[in-house]
Order: sequence, then C-alpha cells, then structure tokens
Amino acid sequence: MGNEYSVVGKRLPRIDAHGKALGQMQYIEDIVLPRMLCGKILRSPLPHAKILNIDTSKAERLPGVKGIVTGKGIPRKTYGIVPKAHDEYALAIDKVRYIGDDVAAVAAVDEDTAEEALSLIKVDYEPLPAVFDPEEAIKPGAPLIHEEYGSNISAKILKNFGDIDKGFAEADYVREDRFYHQAVNHAPLEPHGAIALYDARGKFTVWSSTQIPFFMRRNLAKTLDVPESDVRVIKPTVGGGFGQKLDLFAKDFGAAWLARQTGRPVKIIYNREEVFTCTRQRHPMVIYVKTGIKKDGTIVAQHCRIYADGGAYNSTAPLIITLSAYFMMIPYMIRNLRFEGHHVYTNKPVGGAMRGHGIPQVRFGCESSLDMLAEEAGIDPVALRLKNALRANEPHPAQYKIYTCGLSEAIEKTAESMQWKDRYGKLPKGHGIGIAASAYPSGLNNMSHIGAGAIVKIQQDDGSVTLLSGAADIGQGAESMLAQIAAEVLGVTLQEMRVLAADTELTPLDSGTFGSGVTFRAGNAARLAALDARKQIADVVADKLEVSPDDLVFRDKRVFVQGSSDKGMSWNEAIKAVQYADKPMPIVGRGFYHVDAVEPTTLLTQEGNFSPAYSFMAQGAEVKVDLETGQVKVLKVTAGHDCGFALNPISVEGQLEGSVAGGAGQAIYEDIDWDEGRIRNTNFLDYKMLTSLEMPDVENIEVITNDPYGPFGAKEAGEGTIIPTAACITNAVYNATGVRIKELPITPEKILKGLEELKAKAAAKA
Amino acid sequence: MKQLIELKVNGEVYEVAIESHRTLLEVLRESLGFVGTKRGCDEGTCGACTVLVNGKPILSCLMLATDAIGAEIETIEGQAITGKPSPLQKAFVDYGAIQCGFCSPGMILSAKALLRENPKPTEREIKEAISGNLCRCTGYIKIVEAIKVAAESNV
Ligand code: FES
Ligand code: FES
Repeated sequence: MGNEYSVVGKRLPRIDAHGKALGQMQYIEDIVLPRMLCGKILRSPLPHAKILNIDTSKAERLPGVKGIVTGKGIPRKTYGIVPKAHDEYALAIDKVRYIGDDVAAVAAVDEDTAEEALSLIKVDYEPLPAVFDPEEAIKPGAPLIHEEYGSNISAKILKNFGDIDKGFAEADYVREDRFYHQAVNHAPLEPHGAIALYDARGKFTVWSSTQIPFFMRRNLAKTLDVPESDVRVIKPTVGGGFGQKLDLFAKDFGAAWLARQTGRPVKIIYNREEVFTCTRQRHPMVIYVKTGIKKDGTIVAQHCRIYADGGAYNSTAPLIITLSAYFMMIPYMIRNLRFEGHHVYTNKPVGGAMRGHGIPQVRFGCESSLDMLAEEAGIDPVALRLKNALRANEPHPAQYKIYTCGLSEAIEKTAESMQWKDRYGKLPKGHGIGIAASAYPSGLNNMSHIGAGAIVKIQQDDGSVTLLSGAADIGQGAESMLAQIAAEVLGVTLQEMRVLAADTELTPLDSGTFGSGVTFRAGNAARLAALDARKQIADVVADKLEVSPDDLVFRDKRVFVQGSSDKGMSWNEAIKAVQYADKPMPIVGRGFYHVDAVEPTTLLTQEGNFSPAYSFMAQGAEVKVDLETGQVKVLKVTAGHDCGFALNPISVEGQLEGSVAGGAGQAIYEDIDWDEGRIRNTNFLDYKMLTSLEMPDVENIEVITNDPYGPFGAKEAGEGTIIPTAACITNAVYNATGVRIKELPITPEKILKGLEELKAKAAAKA
Repeated sequence: MKQLIELKVNGEVYEVAIESHRTLLEVLRESLGFVGTKRGCDEGTCGACTVLVNGKPILSCLMLATDAIGAEIETIEGQAITGKPSPLQKAFVDYGAIQCGFCSPGMILSAKALLRENPKPTEREIKEAISGNLCRCTGYIKIVEAIKVAAESNV
C-alpha cells in the first residue's frame, strides 16, 4: 500500500503539535477578553429536593457582583443530546435531582467575589426521598425523579432476533451471570469551560470546550429561547473530551445568559470537582447475560438484560442502551438474541457518552460469559471466538452490512503474537493471559445529524490551502487527519494545509466528535471538497498542457501528466494558471458527505444497518497477580486492530495506547466511589488512573481491510479500542488466579476474597 | 492588600502587584500571560501546571508566587529559542507524544529537569520522572519514547 500515497498512511507529525509543544495553542481558559467577568455555578447540596425559594438579594448587594440568574428567571426549555429525550433545564427549576445539580449562576468582577456571592445565595429546599441504585429505582414505590415519566425508567429497548427459546434448546452449555460495570469519569486533563459575548446586534458568541459545536449551538438557542442564527459557537483547542464534552452544561448557558444580562463577556471554568460531579460519567451498569453454546463452540443464543444507571438526567439515554443492544450483535454471529435495555434515573450525577458508549459494559459481560462457557465446554477461548467471528458480506441477522471485517485476522494475529497456544493455561500461578474482542461503528446511520460538509479554499499566492470543517478536534487528531486527506487529494504537503475548525458561523454543518464518525463523515467530506477544488485546477492545467483533465496527477506539489512526470508544472504554477485564466478566485471546493452507502435505520424499532462501516478489534492481556496482596499488574496488551487503513499510523497507535491506558485503568483502578449520591473521590489522588509507571506495554497489530466507502479505506480508529481492554484483563486475571471477577474494577480485595473462596471450596472437596 | 513583587521568568524580570495568597500558577497565567502553563486540577494532583523553579520541577498551583521571588522560573514559553522548538519539544512533536496537548507543557518541563540532572536516563527513570504528570490521551508510551530520543540526541 505504502507508496501509493504521499501524505495519507504516513507517520507525519500532527499539524497542531508544534503549537501545543510550545504552549501556544489557546484552550478555553487561556482566552481573555476585555472587561471579562468571572462566572460560577451554585450547586445543590442535596440529592433530591424541591426548591421552595431562592433569595439572591444579599448576593446582589455584594460589591463586584454584576449578574445572577436562577432557574426562576429562565425559559422553561429542556435540552439534551437525543431530541426526544430532552429532560434537563439549564438551571434547575422546581427541584434538584442530584448533589451538584445546577441551581444558579453568578457573574462578578473576579473569582473570589463570585465565590463569595455563591455563599450569600440562600436556597430553601424541601428534601425528598432519594434513590441511588438502579435496581431499587425501578421497584414500585421508589421515589420518582422525573414525575412526568411516571417511572424511573426513562428509556427502554427490546430487541429480538431469531428464536431465543429454540436457540437455548439447542445449546449444550448454558449459563447466566450478573455483571456490574462501575462508573468511570472521562477525566480529560482540561476542565470544561465557556466564554460568552453578547453584542449590540443581539447576537451571542460562545467559545466552549465542546465536542459538537453545532449541537451546542442548537441547545444554547433552545435554552436561551433565541433563534439558532443568534448564536455562534466557536471551539477553541480542546484538552481531551472522550465524550464528556458532548453536552451543554450550566457553564455554557450561564456564561451566555449572564453576558446578555451584564453586557460584558463572561467566562466560566469548572474546577476538577465539578468535572467529576457535574458533567458526565460512564454509565454504571448492571448486566445480566445468558449465553448458550453448542459443543463445538457455536453460540446459539444470547439473552441480555441491562440496567444503565443514568443518574438524574437523560443526556444520551435512548442512545446508550441502543448501542449496548446493537453491539451484542457484533463482533460475533449470534442468530438468536434477545436484548432488554433500561435506562434508569437515580439521584446521582449524570451518565453520558464515554469512549465506547455503552459497549464496554456489555462486552465485559459477554466476553466474560464466553470465557466461562469455553472452560465448561473445554474449548480454547481463542478458538471459540474464531468459531463465531463475523465475516465480511455475510448475511447478518440484524441486517448489518459489513463490507470489511478483519476480526478473524485480528484474533489470529493477536493470539499468535502472544504465543497463545504455548502459554495459555501453562503459565505459573499468578501469571495469566486472556483475550476479548469487539467492534465499533464509524458514525451512526440513524441520527438526524449524519451529514458533514467541508470547504477547501485556495487563494494564497503561495498555494496554501485552507480546509473549513465543522468537525471537532478534541485531541484525537481530527484536524490533522482531515488535512492529510485533503493534502493527498490535492497533491500538496501538510505544510500547505491550514484547518479552520470549528466555528458555526464559518464552517459547514457537522455532527462533531460523536460516535466515531469523524473519519467517515468529515473525512469523506474533506476528500470530496478537495476533489472539487482539484477538478477546477485540473481543467485549467489540462487546457494549458492540451491533455484531458483525467490524465493529470496531483502529487508532491506537482501537477503532471500520468506516465510522463516531466510534462507538468508545480502546484504554485497551477494555482497561478487558474488565476491568470481569469477563473474566479478563490478556488473553492465544496464537499458534502451523507451516509448513503447503506440503508438507514431507526434507533429503537427495526432492523437495519447501524453504521456505514465497522472497525474490529481483538486484544490480549498478559497479567501478573500477586497472590499475597491481590495486586494486579498488567504487563502487556497485544492489540489486533482493523481500522480499515491507518490514515496516520502514529495517531492510530497513539489512540490505541491511550485507550489501553483508559481500559486498563477501568479494569483495575478507576471507580467512582459513592456515599448516598455524593461522590467521595473527586480528585486524582482518590480517583486513581494509570500513570507512566503502571502503563503496560502495548503491541499494535494493524489489520488492513481498506473499506470501500471509507476515505482511502479508513474506518473508525481509537474509540472501539477501549472496549476489549478491561474484558481481556478480567479474563487474564481469571487465567492467572482462578478468580472470576464479575464486578469491575478488579481490586486486590476482590482477588483475595476470591482466592479465599477457592481455598475453602478446595478444602470442602478434600 | 497587594504587594509589589519581582519574578524572573524565562530570564526576564517582571514586576507584578499581587495578593500574598496568589499561587505561582495564578500569577503566571493571569497576571503575566504565561498561559502555556496549564491548570488541570489546581490541587497538586495532575502535573499540568509543572514549571521549573531553580531547575527543579514544581507544581505551580501549590507554590505561592511570593515563594518564587528571586528564583529562576522556567515555563514552556521559554523553551523554544526564537520560536524554534527545543530538541525535547521537537521529539514530542515528531514521535506523536502530543495529542490534546494539555499535559504537554508540564511533561516537557518535567522531562527537561530530568535530562538536565541525568542526561542518559533509563526507561524506568524516565517513567519515574513523569509519573506525577498525568496524561489521559497518550498512554505515555510515545512520551517516554520522545524523551528517550531527545536524550539520545544529546540535548
Ligand atoms: S494544576 Fe497543579 S497539579 Fe494540577
Ligand atoms: S495529550 Fe491529552 S492529556 Fe496528555
């Protein structure tokens, strides 16, 4: 493949890396506007309470306080990610539903004054009974968190494929287990923030650390009750998101509202405690999995029931349980499946999209279930997975259209590199290996917002190219990826490329960094925009050279005739040629990509193709467990990864390594610790993530499948890779110790308890 | 009550009026505009605010600005010589050690302090030196590699 391209597929530094290395990029907190005020949010100290009265008079009288807004003063407009599940006010109206719920926003001349003002606001609450456990919350008589739903189940999904009863009847081995996946914080290193400006024409400009500028604009306009055209959202450099920066937050609304109220710019930056408590977290989930296999390892039926603990509001509610459901149907062929998903309200901080979004939880359950059955049936876990691995272009029970699938290759190569055959079950006690697999969509086919536009603008006499895209780089490298695609098409280098992204006023509509669709959507849009621009240049150059435009090659800053590379001109000459041919300048190429390669489907009801393409991943973990202390050390993760084609191998590796760090952290450390709805560990001392010292080795095995619809064959890379990590570590820990962990994280206490139980069992037998 | 102090940052002396309880991080970012120094937690747990004080990496969110009077303070802004990245910065760029970049200034300064003291560190020593700098994006592997490369190229 390598030499086919000059820019894509190359190990090139990202276009923003220099600026970041030099400390020059502007993140939200770095932006300073003249006469800017500091905003702060007052938060609920109670998990569930009626707001009887809010008295702001004392705070208003504090010198330096310029503006205050409470739920009483704002439009009764709810917002959310999924249109039909809007249930959250920008500031609490009538009642608060979790500790940390947004109650009021204040703007003052400085942070100290704003904080003092918060302490002077008097809120009278009437405490209400609260519920913290999803399985408790669905019992009759549980306190209702949103009365209008009549129940705490705010979203439900039931999916049936094939005949589950017949499937289980055919099974030789069946087992049912309950699993629990803990709550996890995304913990982007940059805390969330917003700055708003309200101008004399009545327009808002809002800078926000957001992953989806256009969703932010929509939700801001809705909650402010102004037309969308009155709101401009600009995304500065964003210091990590992982899904946590999808939603609107009180800081966005509060900054905008107070900017209008005070006539001055307002900035609100969350502190780390607020990031932990008042943004989003990975949904804690109870997962019941029943799986049936035949003697030869064929999975004949699977039944899964989940309760996703959504906390106080919906955020992505219908979507997360849908993703959980659909990704039971992949990466293995399961002909008979039943999935029951519930999104449940509790009086806890809110669940939201997080890298993998609903899938790591169910795959942890399913991959554990498969390993347990493999043992019962005496089948090797690798063989079991290979037996059931989906293949490209096979008819699929849920009507997925899988054009490329490197799963078997990924499993085989991972196992081979781990020397699976020689080592599985043969390592000394305390030392083990395990495997797991998954798949991930490259964007969703079934959201309202599935298109992306791009504009390529060439006007500079130095031949430089500006790409305008609404895609949001949050650190994953989206801008560089788009620049590489456009540069490849135009035959220029990254040096010529500038990317402007994203500004709702200037850049085309895009659904942002969500569901791993950036490569597919924005990448294809950038490719098409560059092709459009290239065609305009090719027409002029072809005229000059008296050849057909189709015979021209754009490569390495030259435009030349295919087969005779000396017949041509430099890129800059080509641009000049367009200019002197009296063609309109600037050259503008327009691209729009909409998922049309496949049948669209709806979220909740029917079968259909979920995504234009699926990436596949198999991961194997090698762990050592100290049998005295129960400490787990993850030594290595070997990862076979089919992302179609790596547009930038360094970035793809970096994404993989980052997701292994996250996945391993979730396996062995990360756990939000609750006490009656209050998070106990809202800092990095108590919420432990992997540091450089605990990071395992990572081996990346690229599986190239060249998706026919992906830009240059690329599919999603970097989100799905977090899914199998915790699952394969859990399986490896079992292999090392005989202790089957069904509730994450794998703590030393659980290991020691498991070892004790094994000992007791062995003693009883003897 | 504000107090007029002098701070020496990247070789230049700045005069600044501050309240005595201001942290070095606040003064660097808010009074002097060195916003390359990042605030990830403001409570000494993430390492994003790392700067060098008399050559030693310190968490500027935990240090009072007044305690840095008379010291040599180095921030990320002082690392590039006339806009040209230092070898360490270049290695971070070339080896993919930067994703969102929020940890990068602190990482680069921790690495710089290490290489100054120990120009040929082992991999373990590199990992130890940056173990107080959290990175949520990269998994550290490429950061360690970049530091190794910078050390080998004899910074
Ligand atoms: S901001 Fe200083 S350690 Fe996090
Ligand atoms: S690159 Fe994002 S935290 Fe390190």
